[in-house]
Amino acid sequence: MALPNKPVGELKVVRDPEVDKRDVDVLIIGGGMAACGTAFEIKKWADDDTKILLCDKAALERSGAVAQGLSAINTYIGENKIEDYVRMVRNDLMGIVREDLIYDLGRHVDDSVHLFEEWGLPVWKKTDDGKNMDGKKGLKLGTLKSGATPVRTGKWQIMINGESYKRIVAEAGKKALGEDNIIERCFIVEILNDKEDPNRVAGAVGFSVRENKVYIINAKTIVCACGGAVNVYQPRSVGEGKGRAWYPVWNAGSTYTMALRAGAELSMMENRFTPARFKDGYGPVGAWFLLFKAQAVNGLGESYVASDDAKAELEKYAPYGTAAVPPTCLRNHLMMKEYKEGRGPIIMKTSDALAKLGETMSKKELKHLESEAWEDFLDMSVGQAGLWCATNTEPEKKDSEIMPTEPYLLGSHSGCCGIWCSGPEEDWVPADYKWGYNRMTTVNGLFTAGDGVGCSGHKFSSGSHAEGRIVAKSMLQYLKAEGDKVTGFKETDEELVDMIYKPVRNYLDHCEYTTAQDINPNYCKPAGMALRLMKMTNEYGGGIATYYMTSGKNLEILMDLFEMFREDLENIAAGDLHELMRAWEIIHRLYTVQAHTRHIQFREESRYPGFYYRGDFMGQNDDEWFCFTNSSYNKETNEWSLKKVPYVQIIAD
Amino acid sequence: MPTFVISEKCDGCKGGDKTACMYICPNDLMVLDTNEMKAYNQEPDQCWECYSCVKICPSQAIEVRGYNDFVPMGASVVPMLGTEDVMWTCKFRNGVVKRFKFPIRTTPEGEANSYDDLKGKDLNSGLLSTQEADGYVLVTPSELA
Repeated sequence: MALPNKPVGELKVVRDPEVDKRDVDVLIIGGGMAACGTAFEIKKWADDDTKILLCDKAALERSGAVAQGLSAINTYIGENKIEDYVRMVRNDLMGIVREDLIYDLGRHVDDSVHLFEEWGLPVWKKTDDGKNMDGKKGLKLGTLKSGATPVRTGKWQIMINGESYKRIVAEAGKKALGEDNIIERCFIVEILNDKEDPNRVAGAVGFSVRENKVYIINAKTIVCACGGAVNVYQPRSVGEGKGRAWYPVWNAGSTYTMALRAGAELSMMENRFTPARFKDGYGPVGAWFLLFKAQAVNGLGESYVASDDAKAELEKYAPYGTAAVPPTCLRNHLMMKEYKEGRGPIIMKTSDALAKLGETMSKKELKHLESEAWEDFLDMSVGQAGLWCATNTEPEKKDSEIMPTEPYLLGSHSGCCGIWCSGPEEDWVPADYKWGYNRMTTVNGLFTAGDGVGCSGHKFSSGSHAEGRIVAKSMLQYLKAEGDKVTGFKETDEELVDMIYKPVRNYLDHCEYTTAQDINPNYCKPAGMALRLMKMTNEYGGGIATYYMTSGKNLEILMDLFEMFREDLENIAAGDLHELMRAWEIIHRLYTVQAHTRHIQFREESRYPGFYYRGDFMGQNDDEWFCFTNSSYNKETNEWSLKKVPYVQIIAD
Repeated sequence: MPTFVISEKCDGCKGGDKTACMYICPNDLMVLDTNEMKAYNQEPDQCWECYSCVKICPSQAIEVRGYNDFVPMGASVVPMLGTEDVMWTCKFRNGVVKRFKFPIRTTPEGEANSYDDLKGKDLNSGLLSTQEADGYVLVTPSELA
C-alpha cells in the first residue's frame, strides 16, 4: 500500500513557482561542444555592454555528447583538401547535403582542434619512424599547429587521450563567457516569437530543475544547440539497459522541437543513424576496424562484405555504394541482409586482428596495443569495458558481436537531420542557400549549431565547437543590424508559468484521488509516456522490431497514434522537479520523432538503406527525390507542411 | 550499468545542499536524501554510465553495477581521476585484473587559455577570432562543379 501518497523525488514541486525574469541580447541554449564554442568566441566580438546568457539543462563541465570523453577527434582536416572532406560527407550521406555548410565547417574546424590542444587536451603524435606516442609523451614532438603529425585512424580522425575532453573545452568556454553569465540546471523548453513579427524570435522560457522557479527571458537573438534525439525509438535493451544508449540518453530532441515550434524549417529529418556497434555495450568499432584492422564476419565465419553478393548489392547504389569507402548506411544494409537471410550474428574478429599485429611487434608494443584497445572504450564508453569484464572478454582471446542499434536522430555524426540554415554570404554559395547570417534558421534571429544544423553531417565534436564559434559572430552581426526590430513577445508571465507548470498542476489537482501516485486515470506520467512513444515508433516507424522497415500504411497509423499522444500530453503529470524535466523532454521527443517519420512518409523512396526502408518504395528514385525535404509546423493550428527543396552541387565530383 | 552509492562511504558531501554527484550528473539522476544525508541514483534505467559522478565523488563512494538486463554479475570498472592522468582498474568476472593509466590533460586545471584579451577586428569577415589573430586567409572552394 502506497499511502500516504507522495511523489518519489527529493525536490518536490509547488503549484506556483518563483518567476525569474531576464533581459539579454544573446541567449545560448545548451552546454555541449557547440554551445561551448559560442561561449568561447562571442565576447571576442561583442561590445562590452552586450548582455549574454547561457542556459544549460545540466552542468557545463560534463554536459552533452562528450560528457564521458572521447578517444578520437573525428574531424581534423590537416593535410587533406577541404574539397575532399565535402566529397566524403556527400558520399556517406547518399548525395544530398549542403556543401556550402560542409565546406565552411572544413575551413574552421582545425582552429578549434588547435585550441583544444593548447588548452591541455592530449593529442597522439606520430614519430618520424612511424611510432605512435600518446598525448603526454607526444608533447615533445610539438603541437599540431606547429606541424607535428597526428595519429590518423582513417583519413579524417585523429587519436586523443580524451577522458577530460569536455571538461577542458567547458573550462575555456566558462572562463571566456564568465560564470555570472551562465545558469546551469536551467531547462529551456520553448522559444517565443516577436509580437509584431511572428517570424522573429524575442525570447525563451524554461525552468530550474533544482528549485521551483520559472525563467522568462527576453532575448534579441538565440542559438538553440541542445544536441540530437535519443530514446525516441525503443532501444534493444528495455530494462536498466535502456540508459546505455549509444548517443547521450539525455538528448531529447529539444533542439529540433524548439526550433520547429518557433516556426523554423527542418530539413532531411528522415535521415537517422543506426550505428553498428559492439552489441549491448555500444562501444566504438572505429578503432577496431581502422587502427587494428579487424574484420567482421557473419555467423558462418565468412567475410560477408567481401562476397560477390555484397559487391553486387553495393553496385545497386552506385556511385555511393561503389566508392572506396561505401556509405555508413550501406555497410549497415549489408549487415541487415545477413540477419534477414539467416546468416547472423556478425562477429568482430578481435583475436585475429591482435594476433596479426603481434607478429611484427615486441611484447612491450603488444602490451601498449592492448592498452590502446581498452582506452578506446574507457575514454568514451566505459560500459562496454564493463561488459567485456563481466563476460570475461579479453579481445586477444575472445571475439565480440557487433550489431546496428536502435535509431538516433542527429546532425553532427554520420547523420544529417536538422534545421534548414543559411550558409555563408559569399559568391560561391547558391542564392537559395543564404539569407544574410551564417547558420541562421528560417526564423529571424534564431541560430543553431552542432546537431541542430541539418544537411551537413560528419562535423563531430570538433566541428560542432567550430560551428558554435561561427554562430557567435553571426548572432552579433544580426544583433547590430536587426536587434532594434525585436519588440518582445506577446505572452504574459502568467500564461508562460501556466504552460511550463501545467504538468505540476495536473499532478497536484489529481494525485490524492488514488492510493498509488503512478496509476491515476486523470493523468499520465512521463515514464509511461516514454514507453508508449517508443513502442509506437518501434512498431510502425521502422524501428528494430521490423529491421527498420516501414510503409505508407504503417506511417498513417503512426500519425493517428501521435495525435492521441499529443492530446494526452495535456494531461502529463509531474510530482517533483526531476519528473517535470522528464515531462518536458517527452513533449520534445514527440515533435522531433513526428518530424522524422513525417519526412519518411513524404519521401517516397528508400534513400538510406540500412538506416530505414520504405517497403512500398524500395530503392532510390533520383528523378523524383534527388532533393532536400523540408518541413514546418504551425503550433497555433497544429498543421504540418512538407516540401521539396532543390539540391545544388557546389564541389565537383 | 547504473551507479550505486556505498552507504558507509557517502557523507552527503558534508551536509551541503548539493552533493558533487548531484552537481555533475548530466541526466539529473543523483540526488541527496536530506534525512539520511546520503546520495542515490533516482532513475537507474536512465543512467548512461558516463562515470561523471564516480570520477567526481570526493569519498569514492560511487561505483557502477552492470545493467541487470544484459550484464553478468561479478565485474567492476573503477577509475581514479588525478590531475594529469586517470587510473582504471578493470576486474573481470573470472578474477583477471587489468590496470591502465592514461593522460587526461597536459595543462594545470583552470589554466585553459580563454583568450580574454583577444578582441576581433572585422565582425563581417568569415574568420574566427584566433584565425584573424593568426593571419589565416579564408579559403574558398577551388574545385567547383
